Amino acid sequence: MGVLQDLKEQLQFFGGFKLTFQHLTRPRVTRQYPEEKQPKQPRQHGRHVLNRYEDGMEKCIGCELCAGVCPADCIYVRGLDNPPDDPVSPGERYGYVYEINYLRCIHCDLCVEACPTEAITESKLFEFSFTNRADAIYTKAELVVDDEGRPKHLPWEDWREGTDRHTSGWMRATAPAGSAAYEGEVQWSGELGYGVRRPEGGQSGRRDDAATGTMPLREVLEAHLLDEDIPLEHRGMRGRLWRAQLSAERNRRKMERTRERLQELRAQRKAAKAATRGPS
Amino acid sequence: MGLEDLQHNFLTGRLEDLVKWARRNSVWPATFGLACCAIEMMSVGAADFDISRLGMEVFRASPRQADLMIVAGRVSQKMAPVLRQVYDQMMEPKWVISMGVCASSGGMFNNYAIVQGVDQVVPVDVYAPGCPPSPETLLHAILTLHEKIRTGAIARRPQQPAGVERTAGWVPEAPNAVRVATPR
Repeated sequence: MGVLQDLKEQLQFFGGFKLTFQHLTRPRVTRQYPEEKQPKQPRQHGRHVLNRYEDGMEKCIGCELCAGVCPADCIYVRGLDNPPDDPVSPGERYGYVYEINYLRCIHCDLCVEACPTEAITESKLFEFSFTNRADAIYTKAELVVDDEGRPKHLPWEDWREGTDRHTSGWMRATAPAGSAAYEGEVQWSGELGYGVRRPEGGQSGRRDDAATGTMPLREVLEAHLLDEDIPLEHRGMRGRLWRAQLSAERNRRKMERTRERLQELRAQRKAAKAATRGPS
Repeated sequence: MGLEDLQHNFLTGRLEDLVKWARRNSVWPATFGLACCAIEMMSVGAADFDISRLGMEVFRASPRQADLMIVAGRVSQKMAPVLRQVYDQMMEPKWVISMGVCASSGGMFNNYAIVQGVDQVVPVDVYAPGCPPSPETLLHAILTLHEKIRTGAIARRPQQPAGVERTAGWVPEAPNAVRVATPR
């Protein structure tokens, strides 16, 4: 009895390793950053770009609203009258000097909100660092998109495939007119080729959630609303049925995505195998 | 006698590479989290981003065992002497990453309480922008620092340029004009 008891007490020591051994079988969570990037959030704020119209004209009209609204005072703009024979922007004036100091910018996106012509938007590039202060001040030459509408890639930035997608016209909390019920309508003007994105769903009844994959906040937080605020068909037994249908639908879509991805992988592997076998 | 006194012949060339490789792969950071950026710094140390992949998992509590100071957060005027003291207590060779816009330039706190740029107090090697920088940005800054260690001279810092008189305080150096490209 005494020996067994002692043994049992000593073996209890291994009980503490239960969690450790459980973690051996779990999937690894580490994101291997320098090798691969994790996907960005749809509304991630990153490095700015200055957009151009379809005909190549710059959108910035040098109104300095972005500089005025910037809480960190990181934007410096000087407007100048357009030369009549060779105008830079369709307006009366254009941004002659445009500088953003990335050692001050806090990526709050208030400049994007303030801009009346959607000249300035944010890309999703966030992997950059500087070895001196001069690099951090981006001038207009570095911010304006190129002739294909793609942002310029600077040597100390880590652009990968897909980082510059949805760069322009991609996020605004309100319409340029200030109306919150602007969803479903493309409010931003014509764009130089690259990155134009569907308008997002939001607060009004005209939203198109299937297209954008977003869910209004009211539906997300419905369980926390007062009883009288919850629609009748979402309460009680009927509500349960509705939620079950919703989650079934979600699962189905997830399974479909996984299946597609697996098929894609299989095709890739097959192609790679064929490519290695082919020349030999 | 330091290694920097040797002439560059074949032997010291290889040795230099070896020393740089060793330094690059064991940069131990000192814990110097000051504000919200420190949360991102901690997440870099945790499993999701795991800087032990880069040989720097140990955040040293003692500056004497650290090579790298990641200034994460806004530095108040009262913190500046402490920051300088911790930096002085670190052993050579030592590097500084200024993480986040507050440390780099005061950020949106353009007021009397916050030091407008930590490079007024300590020499900064790499600036990581963002408010706060995402863990990837900090990893990018660390990789840039690795690149700087790899390509830089083994001697600590360039000598004081001729014609600049030493004052009682610390004299900021001329900015390093070499633009370091993203390491791949």
